[in-house]
Amino acid sequence: MGFEINGKTYETDEEGYLVNLAEWDEEAAKYLAIEEKVEMTESHWEVINFLREYYNDYQIAPAVRVLTKAIGKKLGPEKGNSKYLYELFPYGPAKQACKIAGLPKPTGCI
Amino acid sequence: MTESTGGIEMEEDMSGTVKKFAFINRKAPYGTIYALESLEVVLISAAFDQDVSLVFADDGVYQLKKGQATKAVGMKNFSPTYRALEGYDIEKLYVEKSSMEARGLTTDDLIVDVEVLDSAEMAALLEEQDVVLSF
Amino acid sequence: MLHIVNKSPLERNALDSALRMIKPGSTILLIEDAVYAVTKGNKVESAVKEAMKTCTVSALWPDLEARGMQDTVIDGVKQVDYSGFVDLVADSSSVMSWL
Repeated sequence: MGFEINGKTYETDEEGYLVNLAEWDEEAAKYLAIEEKVEMTESHWEVINFLREYYNDYQIAPAVRVLTKAIGKKLGPEKGNSKYLYELFPYGPAKQACKIAGLPKPTGCI
Repeated sequence: MTESTGGIEMEEDMSGTVKKFAFINRKAPYGTIYALESLEVVLISAAFDQDVSLVFADDGVYQLKKGQATKAVGMKNFSPTYRALEGYDIEKLYVEKSSMEARGLTTDDLIVDVEVLDSAEMAALLEEQDVVLSF
Repeated sequence: MLHIVNKSPLERNALDSALRMIKPGSTILLIEDAVYAVTKGNKVESAVKEAMKTCTVSALWPDLEARGMQDTVIDGVKQVDYSGFVDLVADSSSVMSWL
């Protein structure tokens, strides 16, 4: 499975997550966001970039609780709460934001 | 798939039953799947708000060695994930002194801060656990 | 606390490590290839005898018998069958396996 943008193909798993993290780019993120019916704003990108950075540092996608706490620490308490994150990603930051960021499904997200 | 891990529903279900869990790691990374499996179980266990300790003994100490670079062997380097444990509120990491010394390592060689225990202290730690999970 | 070891002491360090990190008063149960540890003349015989001063050392006799080692068991080692194994687990506050 997968999709193609401007001649570049992206492989996805049966749930739509990118198989190869390294294939991710902004174009892929935009495509995945449309699939998730998420309209990307600067606030969305902020979370996506945070997730990419988190993954780069720790090699895992964070659990929601951990993501919330870490975002609060980095971007301020007004953003470090699940209400804010669920407003941006209504079907859950783990499911949607990780998918758009090209990360695997978070460990502990059963 | 749900987003409930670590969420309010789960905390209510688990109310009043905090137990002491120790995960015992005695295998080197990469040669077998034990180390990675242990780490994944530990991360999932964090959602249950239990009193979790991680023990590294024998070759398990090698899991924490700095400088792991797995590109050439084509495997995922999961050593950076040990540094994420703090964010999961898993902060009790113990290394057995003689295991570390037998491998020519000191705490400076390890990717995370750990508490070093001698064998008797380790025995006492194991004894006080409600559940011991070996990997 | 019950400590279970299932690896031969000459192939792996599980028994060594267990003996180093268990509290006096614990029970050690040897099963599968670990039963070689409680047989006379094995290199770890003295270490096992030392452990027997402070701990209870048990071995699963079906595993001893399967390996033809039933007649060379160190004196004082408690031999248990499968139901004895279950009793040991049931009577212990916690169980640790030395894989």
